[in-house]
Amino acid sequence: MSSANTIVQLPDQSTAQLPRKHYLNQELGLKSWLLTGDHKRIAMLYLFSITFFFFIGGAFASLIRLQLLTPGSDLLAPDTYNKVFSMHGIVMIFLFLVPSVPATLGNFLIPIMIGAKDLAFPKINLLSWYLFVAGGLFILAAMILGGVDTGWTFTTPLSTHYLNTHVVTAALGIFIAGFASILTGLNFIVTIHRMRAPGMTWFRLPLFVWGHYAASILMVLGTPVLAITLVLVALERTIGIGVFDPTKGGDPLLFQHLFWFYSHPAVYIMILPGMAVISEVISTFSRKRIFGYTAVAFSSVAIAIFGFFVWEHHMFIMGVSNYSALVFSLLTMLVAVPSAIKIFNWSATLYKGSITFETPMLYAFGFLGLFTIGGLTGVFLGSMGMDVHLTETYFIVAHFHFVMVGGMLMAYLAGMHFWWPKITGRMYPEAISKLAAVVTFIGFIFTFFPQFILGYLGMPRRYASYPPEFQVLNVLSTAGASILAVGYLLPMLYMPWSLKYGKIAGNNPWQATGLEWQITSPPLTENFVETPIVDHEAYDYEWLANQTEHEVKTVG
Amino acid sequence: MDSPAIATVNGEMQAEAHAHPAYLRHHFETVEQQREAASFGMWLFLLTEVMFFGGMFMAYLIYRNWYHAAFVAGSNTLNIWLGTINTAVLICSSFTMAMAVYSAEKRRRKSLVTYLILTIVLGLAFLGIKAVEYAEKFELHQVPGASFSIEQFVHPTDPKAVALAPDMAEKTQVYFSLYFAMTGMHALHMIIGISILLILVVRALGGAYTEGHMSTIENFGLYWHFVDIVWIFLFPLLYLISRYR
Ligand code: HEM
Ligand SMILES: [Cu+2]
Repeated sequence: MSSANTIVQLPDQSTAQLPRKHYLNQELGLKSWLLTGDHKRIAMLYLFSITFFFFIGGAFASLIRLQLLTPGSDLLAPDTYNKVFSMHGIVMIFLFLVPSVPATLGNFLIPIMIGAKDLAFPKINLLSWYLFVAGGLFILAAMILGGVDTGWTFTTPLSTHYLNTHVVTAALGIFIAGFASILTGLNFIVTIHRMRAPGMTWFRLPLFVWGHYAASILMVLGTPVLAITLVLVALERTIGIGVFDPTKGGDPLLFQHLFWFYSHPAVYIMILPGMAVISEVISTFSRKRIFGYTAVAFSSVAIAIFGFFVWEHHMFIMGVSNYSALVFSLLTMLVAVPSAIKIFNWSATLYKGSITFETPMLYAFGFLGLFTIGGLTGVFLGSMGMDVHLTETYFIVAHFHFVMVGGMLMAYLAGMHFWWPKITGRMYPEAISKLAAVVTFIGFIFTFFPQFILGYLGMPRRYASYPPEFQVLNVLSTAGASILAVGYLLPMLYMPWSLKYGKIAGNNPWQATGLEWQITSPPLTENFVETPIVDHEAYDYEWLANQTEHEVKTVG
Repeated sequence: MDSPAIATVNGEMQAEAHAHPAYLRHHFETVEQQREAASFGMWLFLLTEVMFFGGMFMAYLIYRNWYHAAFVAGSNTLNIWLGTINTAVLICSSFTMAMAVYSAEKRRRKSLVTYLILTIVLGLAFLGIKAVEYAEKFELHQVPGASFSIEQFVHPTDPKAVALAPDMAEKTQVYFSLYFAMTGMHALHMIIGISILLILVVRALGGAYTEGHMSTIENFGLYWHFVDIVWIFLFPLLYLISRYR
């Protein structure tokens, strides 16, 4: 790609320097990090921790794929396999995907985007990180002590009566990490309501903020229900109360209702912040205001609201009444509408935009394609007839990996690359990161597309072995997973490398419009020298052009 | 920032904040903003608490419909006098808490400390009475899992009680499961509340909250009243099912 095809504008590298004072060198030493109240530093603490957990979860994923290379259970014993996929799911969902974008980029950017010095409650923000780490340690402990094999869904009475693994320890870990998520959501909502700079009206907010606002509603209202459900499971396992125990009159189906009342909204906790990233990236690299800004903003809120009324689509085969299943099937179709609104509006933004293909944009394109497939297959699953055939097969596994890995993880990486220059002050290396984006996409398709076919042909999920006729597609999937692994390892290498050797980014390498791009990179501890007054819409590239005309050379 | 659009806030905004009081944290523009944020945050937190207890109330609603007879029988074994006294104790503690907030507002340190301590005492009294009730349940073998027998529901010794079929008598375990889960979670909230109160007392003795900045006391008061209100729901739902018989 020639340099004409880029919007990147870096300062003259021979003279450029990082600003003398910024949030990273304001104070030094471990203590200044562990006791910090600065939202940007807390974001970094989260970044380290979730990267760690991502690699733990990834190691389990590799074991799963290796095991499924052959039809027999050759590598792992079946009960070990159960532990491996359970730990994979628990770690990836609760310790990586749920906090991924909100706790890192959201924490870092929301105050800056709305022109505030910090989140409303810096101490609670730090507390949330400690809770997250404590929850993570419990889950690690459960793992080291011998694992847990309930699946991430903790299905009763399996989890309460029949398993001799560390269910309570793991549940406690999720309970604690859940409070981290509640506090993050609470902090975001209060911050967005109360801390906006003068002139930053609701409809001038970047869509990143809207997406996080919607996700925060889900965190605050959904997570406590998961918490109480896990408490009841733990009490049932330890002292033997019987809210879900049929021998005592309890009903396991109630557990399913309560669990999915959280866990369906949780999928939107995971995807909304990803969508939030995509809006920013698409606008910047097509140099247009997001088409239908208001529709995209409201579709986030609509997803949050509808998201609470579809949970029963996870239970169609569990003996729920046909009439209620019908209603939930219909509502499931409806929840796809706001997601579709977003996809259409992003496409319309791209239409006749001046598109450039920097790394974040490549990841964003990956998101668009993969999320669309994932979402559409979700609609298949939402239709009851299809679901009876496809549920508990690899089709489900493919569906949610398309939305969670193809969607959310792509969005996370898009966001990480996009804001890396702001976070660190330096650019990531251009060519190799583009390679990583492409490798990730190819690896992803090879890993998960065959799983749709496998599921359609009837291969059930969560078994350590399978009939030999499924082997070809499984080998393809495992091969794809190795490519995918390369795609994820590359950023792990070049991102740290860029901390020292990356080009100096300057304030606004992408010529983007957000408030975060108008301050130094990395930002000052207090973000702004003086509180900004906002007098223009989000994504106003004309305003930016006028700005650059009377730009002053000095920074900070 | 020299950009015209990102100009500075001057005039009114800053005049309002005049001499920054020590308790105004640096990231807020005004004391008012700080107070509003804190109280908004507390209300949101209470909303999460509503959802937390909501899961159990949902379970209660369903099972009470299914196993009404078992719920009546189970409810009638509870000690209504201890329950009533505890309700009164909690309402009093809400009153003393409200008085504590009032004292902070009026900047009376001594009465603030007194009312906080009274609240602690009433909270402890509640927990003590609750412990007596729990112990009673163990003696009567009405603790599902740990110690349970359907005997007294199938062949009640009390002539006024209705005998249940063994099948329905088994279902009293759901009632007692919910009884322990709901009152247990409520008691946990009380314990957390009392621990925070202890900290508040120490800080109040050091002069905090009576110098104009009292949003901590105010917001803790909200929490305490919330825990109280949960009990106001639990009491009739658990203790008073068909008592008129
Ligand atoms: C766009 C609209 C979506 C629709 C209509 C939809 C629909 C569904 C349906 C009906 C199921 C249940 C299938 C079954 O168990 O038989 C399902 C499962 C699942 N979906 Fe989606 N989905 C959508 C988006 C998402 C998103 C955005 C995510 C996550 C980011 C997600 C994650 C999951 C997960 C994790 C499961 C499987 C849970 C399990 O059993 O372990 N879905 N989806
Ligand atoms: Cu769902």
